[in-house]
Amino acid sequence: MSEMIRAEHLSYVYAPGMPDEHVALDDISFTVQEGEFLGVIGSTGCGKSTLISHFNGINRPTSGKIYINGQDLWSDPSQIRSFRFQVGLVFQYPEYQLFEETVAADIAYGPRNMGLPEEEIQRRVEEAAQFCGIAPHMMEKSPFDLSGGQKRRVAIAGVLAMEPKVLVLDEPAAGLDPEGRDMILGQMKAYHKKTGTTIVLVSHSMEDIAKYADRVLVLSGGKIAMHDTTAAVFARAQELLELGLSVPEVTKVFLRLRQMGLDVPVDVYTVPYAVDMLKKLKENGVAKICAKGENSPC
Amino acid sequence: MLRDITIGQHFPGNSPVHRMDPRMKLLLTIAYIIMLFAGSGNMQHPNFAGLAVAAVFLALLYMAAKIPLKVIAKSLKPILPIILFSSVLNLFFLTGEGAPLVQWGFFTIYREGVAYAVMIAVRIVCLIAGTSLLTYTTSPIVLTDAIERLLKPFAKLKLPVHELAMIMTIALRFIPTLIEETEKIMNAQKARGAQLDAGKLKDRVKALVPVLIPLFISAFRRADELATAMECRCYQGGEGRTRLKSLRMQKSDFAMAAVCIAVFILMGVTSWL
Repeated sequence: MSEMIRAEHLSYVYAPGMPDEHVALDDISFTVQEGEFLGVIGSTGCGKSTLISHFNGINRPTSGKIYINGQDLWSDPSQIRSFRFQVGLVFQYPEYQLFEETVAADIAYGPRNMGLPEEEIQRRVEEAAQFCGIAPHMMEKSPFDLSGGQKRRVAIAGVLAMEPKVLVLDEPAAGLDPEGRDMILGQMKAYHKKTGTTIVLVSHSMEDIAKYADRVLVLSGGKIAMHDTTAAVFARAQELLELGLSVPEVTKVFLRLRQMGLDVPVDVYTVPYAVDMLKKLKENGVAKICAKGENSPC
Repeated sequence: MLRDITIGQHFPGNSPVHRMDPRMKLLLTIAYIIMLFAGSGNMQHPNFAGLAVAAVFLALLYMAAKIPLKVIAKSLKPILPIILFSSVLNLFFLTGEGAPLVQWGFFTIYREGVAYAVMIAVRIVCLIAGTSLLTYTTSPIVLTDAIERLLKPFAKLKLPVHELAMIMTIALRFIPTLIEETEKIMNAQKARGAQLDAGKLKDRVKALVPVLIPLFISAFRRADELATAMECRCYQGGEGRTRLKSLRMQKSDFAMAAVCIAVFILMGVTSWL
């Protein structure tokens, strides 16, 4: 595995020198490996969106460097466009970027900007549509006639069709119903597994991060608070809560169990793992403990 | 970027300039504009003394309002081409009485031309900086409030004063929102490889389509939502509407006005000298 994203002492200041100056990112350094599924969490205004728009050169760092696949993004600013095709960025509420007459034409916008031959564009559009669960009969419809969830999937397909090496998703499930949310994130996970694309997922939902991410980056006030495996990050539940963040519901249950004096691990963050742990606990004779305690967890 | 546009921007503060009654500020700004043109002399006799008075007075007001120089410099940047254009044109096309300073082909520059070009440049800078001070120190909502109050007598002539003020408030209110929206859409299309800042003119115009269509759609959506929200709160025009903060002139407002008028008279007097 090689390094995909590398940030070195990255800082970004909004409106420098103006009365409303604001430091959004403060000396951030980290690396993301190729094929990784990274979750980014942090409270509102902590710099998540500012950070990810550095990955494809929408924002230029005030100081520090950012590398994609070993190349310095800003060594030649005139070539910045080539990085936009390497790093596909899906912004929040991406359905507002749709503009073409048909769904197919909108998905083809990115690949067409890459200057690809027509057959290749067609292939990519069809593949991206399939990955995002867009039915063939929808391809000739106007994107403005679709439902919110469908629009969202078309917008994501528009980025996927560029076949980027890194896919960055900023709150891709915000404002969708639970079914739409699971569908989009599930499709992204399947895409990750099939193509090995590096994925960065920004989310406020700890459940989603726990379910999909391999590693987690926690931002707080423009600085990195934690950057570790998902298990290690959620094991520091108390610190997360102090940062104004949350932990998955199942982690909360295990925290409470621990407070009650049960010997359970702290890094439980998915339901299947939790079930395993509880079974093990039962085999080891937790029933005795339960019978004694007044606040019995059983 | 779009974010750098500071014309019409508001910088909240608590200086004497900020606290002044917006009606007084508006009237004094209008008087200032008139004096800037009436008191700066004509083509043959530019009144630099008057302009100097205006510039110094303006600088003092900016210091009182605690607005950094950088902000003014930034707001002047976009109009630099206009300043250069009008100055350079006057530099070459104004013929004076004495011998020309420079003669090169059909370009001739006279002493009067140089003086007038400098005068025009200083006047535009003073004009922009002066009117910017009004918007820097007055929030758009307060400003339209002042306009509504000042135009109230015209309501008798069937002028829809309240509606005009409301239209202005909404328009001003949505400038930053739409700028933000435009930036978001531009970023989203850039992320898909749109070339918005390079290429031939034809390509650049074409590249704007993916920005303009979503922008229009979102503007209409916002207008719809706003109309619904206003109706939900029983908005029915200006009739019988009371204000949370009614404007009241203070002694300090009249004191400030007296100072300003003294300066304006000084500007006028210098042109007689």
